Amino acid sequence: MSRVPLPYTQKVLDLFRNPKNLGKMEDATVVSVAGNPACGDMITFYVKINDQEIIDRVTFESYGCAANIATASIVTEMIKGMSLENAWKNVTWKKVTQEVGGLPSVKFHCGILAVGAIKRAIRKYYEQKGTAPTWVPEDLTFEEKQALEEEELAKRLSRRTKVVVEK
Amino acid sequence: MVENVKGLLKAHEDVKREVYLDNENSTPVPKDVVEAMLPYYAKRAYGNPTLTHKPGWEAFETIMESSQKISRFLGSRILEEITFTPGETEANNLALMGAAFANKHKGKKIIISEIEPINVLHVAELLKKFGFTTVKIPVDEEGFLDLEKLAASVDKETVLVSIAIVNNEIGTIQPLGEAVEVVKDKNSSTLFHTDASDAYGRIPFNLQDLKVDLATVSSYKILGPRGLGALYIKEGVNVDKILEGQIGTQKFWPGVENTPLIVGFTKASELAFQDFKNNINCMRTLRDKLVDGIFSNLSDVKLNGPKGDRRVPDNANVSFLRCEGEALTIELSLKGVYVSSGSACSRRLLQPSHVLVAIGRKFSEAHGSVLMKTTRYHTEEDITHVMEVLPSAVNRIRGIVGSTGVD
Repeated sequence: MSRVPLPYTQKVLDLFRNPKNLGKMEDATVVSVAGNPACGDMITFYVKINDQEIIDRVTFESYGCAANIATASIVTEMIKGMSLENAWKNVTWKKVTQEVGGLPSVKFHCGILAVGAIKRAIRKYYEQKGTAPTWVPEDLTFEEKQALEEEELAKRLSRRTKVVVEK
Repeated sequence: MVENVKGLLKAHEDVKREVYLDNENSTPVPKDVVEAMLPYYAKRAYGNPTLTHKPGWEAFETIMESSQKISRFLGSRILEEITFTPGETEANNLALMGAAFANKHKGKKIIISEIEPINVLHVAELLKKFGFTTVKIPVDEEGFLDLEKLAASVDKETVLVSIAIVNNEIGTIQPLGEAVEVVKDKNSSTLFHTDASDAYGRIPFNLQDLKVDLATVSSYKILGPRGLGALYIKEGVNVDKILEGQIGTQKFWPGVENTPLIVGFTKASELAFQDFKNNINCMRTLRDKLVDGIFSNLSDVKLNGPKGDRRVPDNANVSFLRCEGEALTIELSLKGVYVSSGSACSRRLLQPSHVLVAIGRKFSEAHGSVLMKTTRYHTEEDITHVMEVLPSAVNRIRGIVGSTGVD
């Protein structure tokens, strides 16, 4: 594996410097998290959903690299005003990657994690409601599975971390 | 891809003052060193040192005199004990593979520590494919070697031990003399290699007194040009070449000698040693000012590695909790302060720095680590500038994290 420099696009740099929709939302309808501090890659979305199942507002917090921050930020801009169904069906990690002008391949997982977190939010919303529409399948989507895998990998790797006994 | 990098560079146009602290990964080369090298490209000694003409003899003379000087700085008296290589990586590869292959009849066990540099760690891994076994000795929370475990691990099968004098990431100065003694007491024929790249020019040491058999030094780590290293091979120690080709003056490394780089490395060594005490005092004073500044201006920070005299004078490695390291390196770069991080993102690997993991840092602590090294060319004003920039950079990144990154 080569270690090329990370040639972030202007859009990634702009969103890193001036993230849109940053911060906690106190009155969010659902809060979803993907990733783990152990991966150095973690996103929280706060989503306000109205009675027509439209995403009214969405904010994020991100513990991660510049690509993580930029993809989380762009996702909030992409899904604002969308119906949950539209967001579920049409916001894919590939589209997110396109929207930030492309990402180095080692950073694709940042976009995947962001979309995984949003799909989790939508799933959680219907779980809270107690009923789900047919377009939310029982099986996890690609992005949700990837987020889960990353979390499990981080747990496995950090479990190998040695425990130092304080003297 | 290059277009994107051009954009990133353009984003630095407003930077008024720059402070380069990433001297772990590459360094600027001082004017005195560059000027010493220049004549050797076109004016003199540009010949092949093995050939029978004036430019060749000039190159031969230059390389031998350089070897003599480097060997003296290392505490050797024999210039033939120095082999120039194209870098620290190549010297470490030659040391481990060359010594293992040449001495495999004595045994096939290799011992390293958990915190050896990647170019030792990976070579030790590679040697497993050739039937060698590798044992990694753990370190404590400051990076000091467990000497009892080392003693217990050395047996009659142990062909080679490789432990750096100074750790390149956290600056721990190992009790290397004791480690060599422990190893040689258990098996006098076990060879001992040390990567001395981060000790050279920073702490006094003498390879003869330390009784090591092999030692690596690197040119860029003392502000010499990149692309040159040297391996000390004690007289009488058997090492196999690891590359084939035309052998010249360097009997363990084939190819045409790079005389200008050898001159640059020698000049950089002379500059480091001619005013040794002042140089290290300068590094230490500025490093302490930097670390003190960080601890008095920011909360939730941890120093990685030991404090005081057991730490090399130039190294500062600090974890900023709730602050991802790659994001911080970019934020600081946009403000003209250049550092590196042990975060997995920054390293583009799945795991953060193996050194920080080995000293018991949590992954989230390692992801927020920043490595900085001071040199004698830094000034008080440089560190003042860093401290004007660093707290706001950390706080901005922590602001994006919010409550998300809390373990």
